[in-house]
Amino acid sequence: MRPVAVIGIGKTAFGAFPDRDLRSLAVEACRKGMQDANVTPSQIEAFYLGNFAGPSFVGQNHLAPYIAGAMDITGVPCTRLEAACASSGSAFFHAVSAVSAGLYDLVLVGGVEKMTSQPTPVVTEILAGAGDMLGEGRAGATFPALFAMIARRHMYRYGTTREQLASVAVKNHANGAKNPQAHMRKVITMEQALAGKPIAEPLTVYDCSLISDGAAAVVIAPLERAGEFTSRHAKILGIAQTSDHVALDEKDDITTFQAVKDAARKAYQMAGVTPQDIQFAELHDCFTIAEIVATEDLGFVKKGEGGPYALDGCTCLNGPRPINTSGGLKSKGHPVGATGVGQICDLVVQLRGEAGERQIARHSLGLAQNLGGSGATAVVTILGAA
Amino acid sequence: MNPGSGTIYTETLIYAAPQQFVADAPYQLVIVALDSGKRLTARIAGERVAIGDAVNFAEYRDGIPFFSKA
Repeated sequence: MRPVAVIGIGKTAFGAFPDRDLRSLAVEACRKGMQDANVTPSQIEAFYLGNFAGPSFVGQNHLAPYIAGAMDITGVPCTRLEAACASSGSAFFHAVSAVSAGLYDLVLVGGVEKMTSQPTPVVTEILAGAGDMLGEGRAGATFPALFAMIARRHMYRYGTTREQLASVAVKNHANGAKNPQAHMRKVITMEQALAGKPIAEPLTVYDCSLISDGAAAVVIAPLERAGEFTSRHAKILGIAQTSDHVALDEKDDITTFQAVKDAARKAYQMAGVTPQDIQFAELHDCFTIAEIVATEDLGFVKKGEGGPYALDGCTCLNGPRPINTSGGLKSKGHPVGATGVGQICDLVVQLRGEAGERQIARHSLGLAQNLGGSGATAVVTILGAA
Repeated sequence: MNPGSGTIYTETLIYAAPQQFVADAPYQLVIVALDSGKRLTARIAGERVAIGDAVNFAEYRDGIPFFSKA
Protein backbone atom coordinates (compact mmCIF):
# COMPACT_ATOMS: atom_id res chain seq x y z
CA MET A 1 0.00 0.00 0.00
CA ARG A 2 1.42 3.40 -0.95
CA PRO A 3 0.90 6.78 0.78
CA VAL A 4 -1.73 9.09 -0.73
CA ALA A 5 -2.05 12.88 -0.77
CA VAL A 6 -4.84 15.41 -1.27
CA ILE A 7 -3.56 17.62 -4.09
CA GLY A 8 -6.59 19.82 -4.69
CA ILE A 9 -9.73 21.01 -2.91
CA GLY A 10 -12.89 22.75 -4.07
CA LYS A 11 -16.17 23.74 -2.43
CA THR A 12 -19.28 25.65 -3.26
CA ALA A 13 -20.71 27.90 -0.60
CA PHE A 14 -23.19 25.97 1.58
CA GLY A 15 -26.67 27.48 1.86
CA ALA A 16 -30.15 27.56 0.37
CA PHE A 17 -29.82 28.09 -3.37
CA PRO A 18 -33.24 27.88 -5.07
CA ASP A 19 -31.71 28.71 -8.47
CA ARG A 20 -29.08 25.94 -8.39
CA ASP A 21 -29.60 22.29 -9.33
CA LEU A 22 -27.69 19.34 -7.85
CA ARG A 23 -25.47 18.84 -10.88
CA SER A 24 -24.36 22.44 -11.19
CA LEU A 25 -23.32 22.47 -7.52
CA ALA A 26 -21.31 19.26 -7.89
CA VAL A 27 -19.68 20.44 -11.11
CA GLU A 28 -18.68 23.76 -9.54
CA ALA A 29 -16.94 22.03 -6.62
CA CYS A 30 -15.25 19.46 -8.85
CA ARG A 31 -13.96 22.07 -11.32
CA LYS A 32 -12.55 24.12 -8.43
CA GLY A 33 -10.89 21.01 -7.03
CA MET A 34 -9.27 20.09 -10.34
CA GLN A 35 -8.18 23.69 -10.92
CA ASP A 36 -6.64 23.81 -7.44
CA ALA A 37 -4.77 20.55 -8.20
CA ASN A 38 -3.63 21.80 -11.61
CA VAL A 39 -5.17 18.81 -13.37
CA THR A 40 -7.63 18.62 -16.25
CA PRO A 41 -10.73 16.39 -16.53
CA SER A 42 -8.96 14.23 -19.14
CA GLN A 43 -6.38 13.22 -16.52
CA ILE A 44 -8.98 11.87 -14.04
CA GLU A 45 -8.84 8.06 -13.88
CA ALA A 46 -11.85 7.48 -11.62
CA PHE A 47 -14.65 9.49 -10.00
CA TYR A 48 -16.20 8.64 -6.64
CA LEU A 49 -19.30 10.55 -5.54
CA GLY A 50 -20.89 10.69 -2.11
CA ASN A 51 -24.60 11.46 -2.18
CA PHE A 52 -27.25 10.44 0.34
CA ALA A 53 -30.60 10.98 -1.28
CA GLY A 54 -30.47 12.72 -4.63
CA PRO A 55 -33.14 10.36 -5.98
CA SER A 56 -35.51 11.34 -3.13
CA PHE A 57 -34.65 15.03 -2.90
CA VAL A 58 -34.56 15.87 -6.62
CA GLY A 59 -35.66 12.72 -8.47
CA GLN A 60 -32.32 12.10 -10.18
CA ASN A 61 -30.60 8.72 -10.20
CA HIS A 62 -27.36 7.54 -11.83
CA LEU A 63 -25.62 10.54 -10.37
CA ALA A 64 -21.91 9.73 -10.72
CA PRO A 65 -21.71 9.50 -14.54
CA TYR A 66 -24.38 12.25 -14.75
CA ILE A 67 -22.08 14.67 -12.93
CA ALA A 68 -18.82 13.41 -14.46
CA GLY A 69 -20.27 13.61 -17.96
CA ALA A 70 -21.05 17.28 -17.45
CA MET A 71 -17.29 17.80 -17.08
CA ASP A 72 -16.49 15.58 -20.09
CA ILE A 73 -15.15 12.88 -17.81
CA THR A 74 -16.16 9.67 -19.56
CA GLY A 75 -14.65 6.27 -20.16
CA VAL A 76 -13.61 5.80 -16.52
CA PRO A 77 -15.31 4.21 -13.48
CA CYS A 78 -17.81 6.67 -11.98
CA THR A 79 -19.40 5.40 -8.79
CA ARG A 80 -21.88 6.82 -6.26
CA LEU A 81 -21.64 5.75 -2.62
CA GLU A 82 -24.44 6.13 -0.07
CA ALA A 83 -23.77 5.91 3.65
CA ALA A 84 -26.27 8.45 5.02
CA CYS A 85 -24.43 11.55 6.28
CA ALA A 86 -21.08 9.75 5.83
CA SER A 87 -21.67 9.23 2.10
CA SER A 88 -18.75 11.33 0.90
CA GLY A 89 -16.52 10.30 3.80
CA SER A 90 -17.10 6.79 2.56
CA ALA A 91 -16.47 7.84 -1.07
CA PHE A 92 -13.19 9.41 0.08
CA PHE A 93 -12.20 6.27 2.01
CA HIS A 94 -12.82 4.03 -0.99
CA ALA A 95 -11.04 6.38 -3.39
CA VAL A 96 -8.00 6.57 -1.10
CA SER A 97 -8.01 2.78 -0.78
CA ALA A 98 -8.01 2.39 -4.56
CA VAL A 99 -5.15 4.84 -5.09
CA SER A 100 -3.22 3.34 -2.20
CA ALA A 101 -3.62 -0.10 -3.73
CA GLY A 102 -2.26 1.16 -7.04
CA LEU A 103 -5.45 0.92 -9.13
CA TYR A 104 -5.30 4.59 -10.15
CA ASP A 105 -3.12 7.67 -9.70
CA LEU A 106 -5.40 10.69 -10.19
CA VAL A 107 -8.87 10.35 -8.68
CA LEU A 108 -11.62 12.93 -8.21
CA VAL A 109 -13.88 12.57 -5.16
CA GLY A 110 -17.05 14.64 -4.87
CA GLY A 111 -19.91 15.00 -2.46
CA VAL A 112 -23.19 16.78 -3.06
CA GLU A 113 -26.67 17.24 -1.66
CA LYS A 114 -29.54 19.45 -2.80
CA MET A 115 -31.99 19.52 0.12
CA THR A 116 -33.83 22.82 0.23
CA SER A 117 -36.17 22.18 -2.69
CA GLN A 118 -38.36 20.13 -0.31
CA PRO A 119 -40.40 21.40 2.68
CA THR A 120 -38.94 20.60 6.12
CA PRO A 121 -41.34 17.75 7.07
CA VAL A 122 -40.47 15.99 3.79
CA VAL A 123 -36.73 16.54 4.40
CA THR A 124 -37.22 15.16 7.92
CA GLU A 125 -38.92 12.08 6.51
CA ILE A 126 -36.22 11.47 3.87
CA LEU A 127 -33.49 11.83 6.51
CA ALA A 128 -35.33 9.39 8.79
CA GLY A 129 -34.68 6.80 6.09
CA ALA A 130 -31.07 6.68 7.32
CA GLY A 131 -32.47 4.88 10.36
CA ASP A 132 -34.35 1.58 10.63
CA MET A 133 -37.66 2.19 8.88
CA LEU A 134 -39.15 -1.07 10.14
CA GLY A 135 -38.46 -0.13 13.78
CA GLU A 136 -37.59 3.37 15.02
CA GLY A 137 -38.70 5.00 11.77
CA ARG A 138 -42.12 3.36 11.83
CA ALA A 139 -42.58 4.49 15.43
CA GLY A 140 -42.11 8.12 14.36
CA ALA A 141 -38.41 8.71 15.09
CA THR A 142 -36.69 11.64 13.43
CA PHE A 143 -32.93 12.19 13.40
CA PRO A 144 -33.21 15.00 15.93
CA ALA A 145 -35.22 12.56 18.10
CA LEU A 146 -32.56 9.84 17.91
CA PHE A 147 -29.84 12.30 18.96
CA ALA A 148 -32.17 13.78 21.59
CA MET A 149 -32.43 10.29 23.11
CA ILE A 150 -28.63 10.01 23.01
CA ALA A 151 -28.40 13.41 24.73
CA ARG A 152 -30.94 12.42 27.41
CA ARG A 153 -29.01 9.27 28.24
CA HIS A 154 -25.68 11.15 28.24
CA MET A 155 -27.14 13.76 30.60
CA TYR A 156 -28.57 11.03 32.84
CA ARG A 157 -25.36 9.03 32.99
CA TYR A 158 -22.68 11.73 33.01
CA GLY A 159 -24.48 14.84 34.22
CA THR A 160 -24.07 16.61 30.89
CA THR A 161 -26.01 19.90 30.92
CA ARG A 162 -28.05 22.00 28.50
CA GLU A 163 -25.41 24.75 28.84
CA GLN A 164 -22.68 22.34 27.75
CA LEU A 165 -24.70 21.32 24.69
CA ALA A 166 -25.46 24.94 23.84
CA SER A 167 -21.79 25.92 24.17
CA VAL A 168 -21.04 23.76 21.10
CA ALA A 169 -23.56 25.75 19.05
CA VAL A 170 -22.29 29.11 20.33
CA LYS A 171 -18.67 28.19 19.49
CA ASN A 172 -19.47 26.78 16.05
CA HIS A 173 -21.56 29.81 15.10
CA ALA A 174 -18.71 32.10 16.21
CA ASN A 175 -16.39 30.21 13.85
CA GLY A 176 -18.89 30.01 11.00
CA ALA A 177 -19.52 33.75 11.17
CA LYS A 178 -15.90 34.14 10.01
CA ASN A 179 -16.26 31.62 7.16
CA PRO A 180 -17.34 33.30 3.89
CA GLN A 181 -18.70 29.95 2.59
CA ALA A 182 -20.83 29.15 5.67
CA HIS A 183 -24.61 28.82 5.44
CA MET A 184 -25.52 30.74 8.60
CA ARG A 185 -22.91 33.41 9.30
CA LYS A 186 -24.51 34.52 12.54
CA VAL A 187 -23.04 34.78 16.03
CA ILE A 188 -25.44 33.46 18.68
CA THR A 189 -25.41 33.93 22.45
CA MET A 190 -25.77 31.27 25.14
CA GLU A 191 -29.14 32.83 26.08
CA GLN A 192 -30.42 32.49 22.50
CA ALA A 193 -29.17 28.92 22.22
CA LEU A 194 -30.90 27.91 25.44
CA ALA A 195 -34.17 29.59 24.49
CA GLY A 196 -34.45 28.10 21.00
CA LYS A 197 -37.63 26.54 19.66
CA PRO A 198 -37.87 22.91 20.84
CA ILE A 199 -37.30 20.31 18.09
CA ALA A 200 -37.00 17.10 20.15
CA GLU A 201 -36.40 17.60 23.87
CA PRO A 202 -33.80 18.37 25.13
CA LEU A 203 -32.63 19.64 21.72
CA THR A 204 -33.72 23.02 20.40
CA VAL A 205 -33.33 24.40 16.92
CA TYR A 206 -29.89 25.69 17.96
CA ASP A 207 -28.71 22.15 18.74
CA CYS A 208 -29.49 21.00 15.20
CA SER A 209 -27.39 21.39 12.06
CA LEU A 210 -28.82 23.09 9.00
CA ILE A 211 -30.69 21.84 5.96
CA SER A 212 -28.39 22.98 3.16
CA ASP A 213 -27.49 22.74 -0.50
CA GLY A 214 -23.84 22.39 -1.42
CA ALA A 215 -20.98 20.37 -2.82
CA ALA A 216 -17.33 19.67 -2.10
CA ALA A 217 -14.55 17.90 -4.00
CA VAL A 218 -10.94 16.83 -3.67
CA VAL A 219 -8.37 15.38 -6.04
CA ILE A 220 -6.08 12.70 -4.63
CA ALA A 221 -2.87 11.18 -5.95
CA PRO A 222 0.02 9.01 -4.77
CA LEU A 223 2.17 11.07 -2.38
CA GLU A 224 5.25 10.41 -4.52
CA ARG A 225 3.57 12.20 -7.45
CA ALA A 226 2.02 15.09 -5.50
CA GLY A 227 4.95 17.40 -6.23
CA GLU A 228 4.25 17.16 -9.98
CA PHE A 229 1.01 19.07 -9.43
CA THR A 230 1.34 21.24 -6.31
CA SER A 231 3.43 22.20 -3.31
CA ARG A 232 0.29 22.73 -1.21
CA HIS A 233 -0.77 19.10 -0.84
CA ALA A 234 -1.76 17.36 2.40
CA LYS A 235 -0.64 13.88 3.42
CA ILE A 236 -3.27 11.29 4.28
CA LEU A 237 -1.56 9.77 7.32
CA GLY A 238 -4.39 7.56 8.55
CA ILE A 239 -7.90 6.65 7.40
CA ALA A 240 -10.50 4.07 8.40
CA GLN A 241 -14.19 3.38 7.86
CA THR A 242 -16.15 1.10 10.19
CA SER A 243 -19.76 0.18 10.90
CA ASP A 244 -22.27 -0.62 13.64
CA HIS A 245 -25.97 -1.50 13.87
CA VAL A 246 -28.30 0.99 12.15
CA ALA A 247 -31.07 1.03 14.78
CA LEU A 248 -30.33 2.94 17.98
CA ASP A 249 -32.15 0.34 20.08
CA GLU A 250 -29.72 -2.35 18.88
CA LYS A 251 -26.68 -0.60 20.35
CA ASP A 252 -25.46 -1.64 23.80
CA ASP A 253 -24.55 1.89 24.90
CA ILE A 254 -26.03 4.83 23.02
CA THR A 255 -23.77 7.37 24.76
CA THR A 256 -20.87 6.20 22.63
CA PHE A 257 -20.40 5.61 18.89
CA GLN A 258 -18.57 2.30 18.74
CA ALA A 259 -17.90 2.73 15.00
CA VAL A 260 -16.13 6.03 15.71
CA LYS A 261 -14.00 4.42 18.41
CA ASP A 262 -13.09 1.57 16.07
CA ALA A 263 -12.30 3.84 13.11
CA ALA A 264 -10.27 6.17 15.32
CA ARG A 265 -8.19 3.34 16.75
CA LYS A 266 -7.33 2.12 13.24
CA ALA A 267 -6.59 5.61 11.90
CA TYR A 268 -4.35 6.51 14.87
CA GLN A 269 -2.48 3.25 14.45
CA MET A 270 -2.01 3.79 10.71
CA ALA A 271 -0.77 7.35 11.29
CA GLY A 272 1.40 6.39 14.24
CA VAL A 273 -0.06 9.15 16.41
CA THR A 274 -2.08 9.37 19.62
CA PRO A 275 -5.25 11.37 20.29
CA GLN A 276 -3.22 13.92 22.23
CA ASP A 277 -1.09 14.62 19.14
CA ILE A 278 -4.11 15.87 17.16
CA GLN A 279 -3.94 19.66 17.00
CA PHE A 280 -7.34 20.44 15.49
CA ALA A 281 -10.35 18.60 14.14
CA GLU A 282 -13.47 18.81 12.02
CA LEU A 283 -16.09 16.75 13.85
CA HIS A 284 -19.56 15.66 12.76
CA ASP A 285 -21.73 18.03 14.81
CA CYS A 286 -25.03 17.10 13.17
CA PHE A 287 -26.35 17.83 16.68
CA THR A 288 -24.47 19.47 19.55
CA ILE A 289 -24.45 16.22 21.53
CA ALA A 290 -22.70 14.49 18.61
CA GLU A 291 -19.66 16.78 18.87
CA ILE A 292 -19.46 16.14 22.63
CA VAL A 293 -19.68 12.36 22.20
CA ALA A 294 -17.11 12.49 19.36
CA THR A 295 -14.53 14.27 21.54
CA GLU A 296 -14.88 11.37 23.98
CA ASP A 297 -14.88 8.56 21.41
CA LEU A 298 -11.82 10.01 19.66
CA GLY A 299 -9.94 9.99 22.95
CA PHE A 300 -9.52 13.77 23.25
CA VAL A 301 -11.08 13.46 26.74
CA LYS A 302 -12.24 10.63 28.98
CA LYS A 303 -15.77 9.23 28.61
CA GLY A 304 -18.29 11.59 30.17
CA GLU A 305 -15.98 14.62 30.13
CA GLY A 306 -17.00 15.92 26.71
CA GLY A 307 -19.56 18.34 28.16
CA PRO A 308 -17.20 20.23 30.48
CA TYR A 309 -14.53 20.12 27.73
CA ALA A 310 -16.89 21.97 25.38
CA LEU A 311 -18.07 24.53 27.93
CA ASP A 312 -14.55 25.31 29.19
CA GLY A 313 -13.53 26.75 25.83
CA CYS A 314 -10.87 24.11 25.10
CA THR A 315 -12.21 23.70 21.56
CA CYS A 316 -12.49 27.40 20.59
CA LEU A 317 -10.35 28.94 17.83
CA ASN A 318 -7.77 30.08 20.39
CA GLY A 319 -8.16 27.04 22.65
CA PRO A 320 -5.67 24.20 23.02
CA ARG A 321 -7.49 22.02 20.42
CA PRO A 322 -9.78 23.97 18.08
CA ILE A 323 -12.75 21.96 16.80
CA ASN A 324 -14.81 22.86 13.75
CA THR A 325 -12.94 26.00 12.78
CA SER A 326 -15.14 25.96 9.66
CA GLY A 327 -18.26 26.49 11.76
CA GLY A 328 -19.11 22.80 11.62
CA LEU A 329 -22.34 21.34 10.33
CA LYS A 330 -24.12 23.67 12.75
CA SER A 331 -23.13 26.95 11.13
CA LYS A 332 -21.28 26.07 7.92
CA GLY A 333 -24.24 23.90 6.90
CA HIS A 334 -24.90 20.20 6.35
CA PRO A 335 -25.68 19.23 2.75
CA VAL A 336 -25.38 15.66 3.97
CA GLY A 337 -23.72 14.05 0.95
CA ALA A 338 -21.13 16.85 0.76
CA THR A 339 -20.18 16.89 4.43
CA GLY A 340 -17.45 14.23 4.54
CA VAL A 341 -15.40 15.63 1.66
CA GLY A 342 -16.20 19.15 2.88
CA GLN A 343 -14.49 18.31 6.18
CA ILE A 344 -11.37 17.18 4.28
CA CYS A 345 -11.34 20.51 2.39
CA ASP A 346 -11.69 22.39 5.69
CA LEU A 347 -8.74 20.52 7.22
CA VAL A 348 -6.58 21.21 4.17
CA VAL A 349 -7.34 24.94 4.31
CA GLN A 350 -5.98 25.02 7.89
CA LEU A 351 -3.01 22.78 7.06
CA ARG A 352 -2.02 25.17 4.26
CA GLY A 353 -2.41 28.19 6.54
CA GLU A 354 -5.06 29.67 4.24
CA ALA A 355 -7.96 30.01 6.71
CA GLY A 356 -7.76 33.81 6.99
CA GLU A 357 -9.19 35.18 10.23
CA ARG A 358 -10.05 31.60 11.29
CA GLN A 359 -6.44 30.45 10.92
CA ILE A 360 -5.18 28.65 14.01
CA ALA A 361 -1.62 28.71 15.36
CA ARG A 362 -0.82 24.97 15.42
CA HIS A 363 -1.99 23.49 12.13
CA SER A 364 0.23 20.65 11.00
CA LEU A 365 -1.88 17.65 12.17
CA GLY A 366 -5.68 17.52 11.85
CA LEU A 367 -8.44 14.92 12.11
CA ALA A 368 -11.84 14.63 10.42
CA GLN A 369 -14.69 12.48 11.75
CA ASN A 370 -17.73 11.82 9.55
CA LEU A 371 -20.75 9.98 10.97
CA GLY A 372 -23.57 8.25 9.11
CA GLY A 373 -27.02 7.91 10.67
CA SER A 374 -26.97 7.47 14.42
CA GLY A 375 -23.52 5.89 14.16
CA ALA A 376 -23.85 2.96 11.75
CA THR A 377 -21.05 4.33 9.57
CA ALA A 378 -17.99 6.23 10.74
CA VAL A 379 -15.01 7.50 8.78
CA VAL A 380 -11.97 8.97 10.55
CA THR A 381 -9.18 10.62 8.58
CA ILE A 382 -5.90 12.07 9.85
CA LEU A 383 -4.14 14.60 7.61
CA GLY A 384 -0.69 16.12 7.91
CA ALA A 385 0.81 19.21 6.31
CA ALA A 386 3.03 18.77 3.24
CA MET B 1 -47.05 -10.33 20.12
CA ASN B 2 -47.09 -8.61 23.51
CA PRO B 3 -43.62 -7.17 24.29
CA GLY B 4 -44.53 -7.12 28.00
CA SER B 5 -43.17 -4.58 30.44
CA GLY B 6 -39.89 -2.83 31.05
CA THR B 7 -38.21 0.43 32.09
CA ILE B 8 -37.46 3.58 30.14
CA TYR B 9 -33.86 3.55 28.86
CA THR B 10 -34.16 6.96 27.19
CA GLU B 11 -36.84 9.28 25.85
CA THR B 12 -37.61 12.47 23.94
CA LEU B 13 -40.61 14.63 23.15
CA ILE B 14 -40.80 15.26 19.41
CA TYR B 15 -42.07 18.65 18.20
CA ALA B 16 -40.74 18.59 14.62
CA ALA B 17 -42.32 15.46 13.16
CA PRO B 18 -41.87 13.77 9.82
CA GLN B 19 -44.62 14.43 7.27
CA GLN B 20 -46.46 11.24 8.21
CA PHE B 21 -46.77 12.15 11.92
CA VAL B 22 -47.21 15.93 11.82
CA ALA B 23 -50.72 15.63 13.26
CA ASP B 24 -49.42 13.66 16.30
CA ALA B 25 -46.81 16.25 17.41
CA PRO B 26 -45.74 16.76 20.08
CA TYR B 27 -45.41 13.07 20.95
CA GLN B 28 -43.09 11.14 23.23
CA LEU B 29 -40.72 8.57 21.72
CA VAL B 30 -38.84 6.17 24.00
CA ILE B 31 -36.52 3.21 24.03
CA VAL B 32 -37.85 0.65 26.48
CA ALA B 33 -35.46 -1.82 28.14
CA LEU B 34 -37.82 -4.78 28.12
CA ASP B 35 -37.86 -7.28 30.98
CA SER B 36 -36.96 -9.86 28.31
CA GLY B 37 -33.57 -8.15 27.96
CA LYS B 38 -34.19 -6.61 24.52
CA ARG B 39 -34.74 -2.94 23.76
CA LEU B 40 -37.64 -1.56 21.74
CA THR B 41 -38.34 1.87 20.26
CA ALA B 42 -41.92 2.78 21.14
CA ARG B 43 -44.40 5.57 21.81
CA ILE B 44 -46.10 6.52 25.08
CA ALA B 45 -49.85 6.64 25.66
CA GLY B 46 -50.96 8.93 28.48
CA GLU B 47 -48.70 10.41 31.15
CA ARG B 48 -45.15 11.48 30.19
CA VAL B 49 -42.37 9.20 31.36
CA ALA B 50 -38.72 9.70 32.37
CA ILE B 51 -35.60 7.51 32.32
CA GLY B 52 -35.97 4.70 34.85
CA ASP B 53 -39.79 4.72 34.92
CA ALA B 54 -41.52 1.33 34.80
CA VAL B 55 -43.86 0.91 31.81
CA ASN B 56 -46.30 -1.71 30.54
CA PHE B 57 -47.19 -2.50 26.94
CA ALA B 58 -50.55 -0.92 26.11
CA GLU B 59 -51.40 -1.62 22.46
CA TYR B 60 -50.31 -1.50 18.83
CA ARG B 61 -51.64 1.39 16.76
CA ASP B 62 -50.95 0.99 13.03
CA GLY B 63 -48.14 -1.39 13.94
CA ILE B 64 -46.51 1.05 16.40
CA PRO B 65 -46.05 -0.28 19.96
CA PHE B 66 -47.46 2.02 22.67
CA PHE B 67 -46.52 1.74 26.36
CA SER B 68 -48.01 3.37 29.47
CA LYS B 69 -46.55 4.28 32.84
CA ALA B 70 -46.93 1.34 35.26
